[in-house]
Amino acid sequence: MREILPLALLGGVLGLDVVCFPQMMVSRPLVAATLAGAFVGDPAMGIFVGVTLELIALATLPFGASRYPEWGSAAVVGGAIAGALHTERAGALSIGVLAALATAWVGGWTLVKLRQWVAWLARRRRPALDAGSRGAVMSLQLAGLTADAVRAAALTTVAYVLLFPVGEATLGVWSLSEPLSRGFVVSVAAAVAGAAAWTIFHSARGARWYFAGGLLVGLFILLVR
Amino acid sequence: MTAAAAPSRAAVPNVSALTWVNIFTRLLAIQGSWNYETLIGNGVGFCVEPALRLLPGGVHGPAFKAAMARQSAYFNAHPYLASVAVGALARAELSGVPANHIERFRTALCGPLGSVGDRLVWAGWLPFCSLIGLLCFGLGAGPAAVLITFFVLYNAGHLTLRVWGLHVGWTRGLGVASALGNPVLRYGPTHLARAAAATAGVAVPLTAARLLGHHVALLGVVLGASALAAVVLVRLHGRVEGYKAALVLIALFALVSVIR
Repeated sequence: MREILPLALLGGVLGLDVVCFPQMMVSRPLVAATLAGAFVGDPAMGIFVGVTLELIALATLPFGASRYPEWGSAAVVGGAIAGALHTERAGALSIGVLAALATAWVGGWTLVKLRQWVAWLARRRRPALDAGSRGAVMSLQLAGLTADAVRAAALTTVAYVLLFPVGEATLGVWSLSEPLSRGFVVSVAAAVAGAAAWTIFHSARGARWYFAGGLLVGLFILLVR
Repeated sequence: MTAAAAPSRAAVPNVSALTWVNIFTRLLAIQGSWNYETLIGNGVGFCVEPALRLLPGGVHGPAFKAAMARQSAYFNAHPYLASVAVGALARAELSGVPANHIERFRTALCGPLGSVGDRLVWAGWLPFCSLIGLLCFGLGAGPAAVLITFFVLYNAGHLTLRVWGLHVGWTRGLGVASALGNPVLRYGPTHLARAAAATAGVAVPLTAARLLGHHVALLGVVLGASALAAVVLVRLHGRVEGYKAALVLIALFALVSVIR
């Protein structure tokens, strides 16, 4: 468990990127899970988890006040767990993805709580803010940023500490074959991605034909490879 | 109208390069205190503050305090396009535009900057770049190549949008509304949606094939099953979130594997 501190820091930084700073999308599962896998010595497994989660995350549109899963810390947890469990064991990908999805769900809830807390803080400072206090504006901004980083780091730590032993134990009694395990998870992720692509893009005129054309190209590449 | 347009024609206040760097850096943290009551209002005040220091009397003067109070009130916009508002509001404050004009202008900016940014970035540029990253993976690229491609591509658009927004906001001041008619903002979402749809068509089967690794013989079954499941998810749109459905299905699958 020596990896907890660096993973907590990574989760804190990447969780902060989701909303507060700097929104450069290093928090996307593709990036976050790969980095976490690299932290535990298996970037190849990390990117497999990251790509699977990225397919699922396509359905998430982080519009304003809507509640959405927090992928930054979650992907760190999933990538690190799968990476630490090793690539070739049946079920490792499933367990990594499952851990990340559960963490993303809880992470979305923690973001809501953080926003409520910042609103409470802003209400308390309302007289100073209304008076144009520079200090009140700065301190509220810094409080929000700090709290978000702490939230993400704590979430990463708790999720990893709780879920890694569960994942390890589950993998020990995993009975389904690797092809079936991998095929199931990939099917679910591809289904969510396909539905997301339709939902997001179908309103653009002709988008369905672009999708169909792309699909033909993709299948052609698979056939000739 | 003339009162609103006049400041944009007035002499441009002199702001140092260091102040611009300060404002731009703060723009990256504009959502630091996002909350359900003032949304990014405090963040706008935080970003405009380096420019407001140039007001007569400096940070202790009444002009600064009045401007800070105005700029830290409720505001809603897409975080990247909020740079348009920050540039325009800084210009308005330093040009001495009357407070009631600034407040009306600030209120009017909220809606367009939110909806345009959401369509262009969250529903266009971000999924397109994600799919390009997935396509790289599907074509066999290594982890570093996939990450660099996604990161550089996405942030080329992201940072350009923020820099453009700050520039256009500052140069056009209260007349910035015309900039929102920019062809990239008007037609970009549609073109991006088509490009992303085509990329999704290529990327999803290739990504699935690589994820399956040496079990690629299963690909036909996987693609068929996922197409059927995707249709079900589309039909359930609004009632089931994709990631929650995935969580439940994979959890049940793991349970079956453990108790079997």
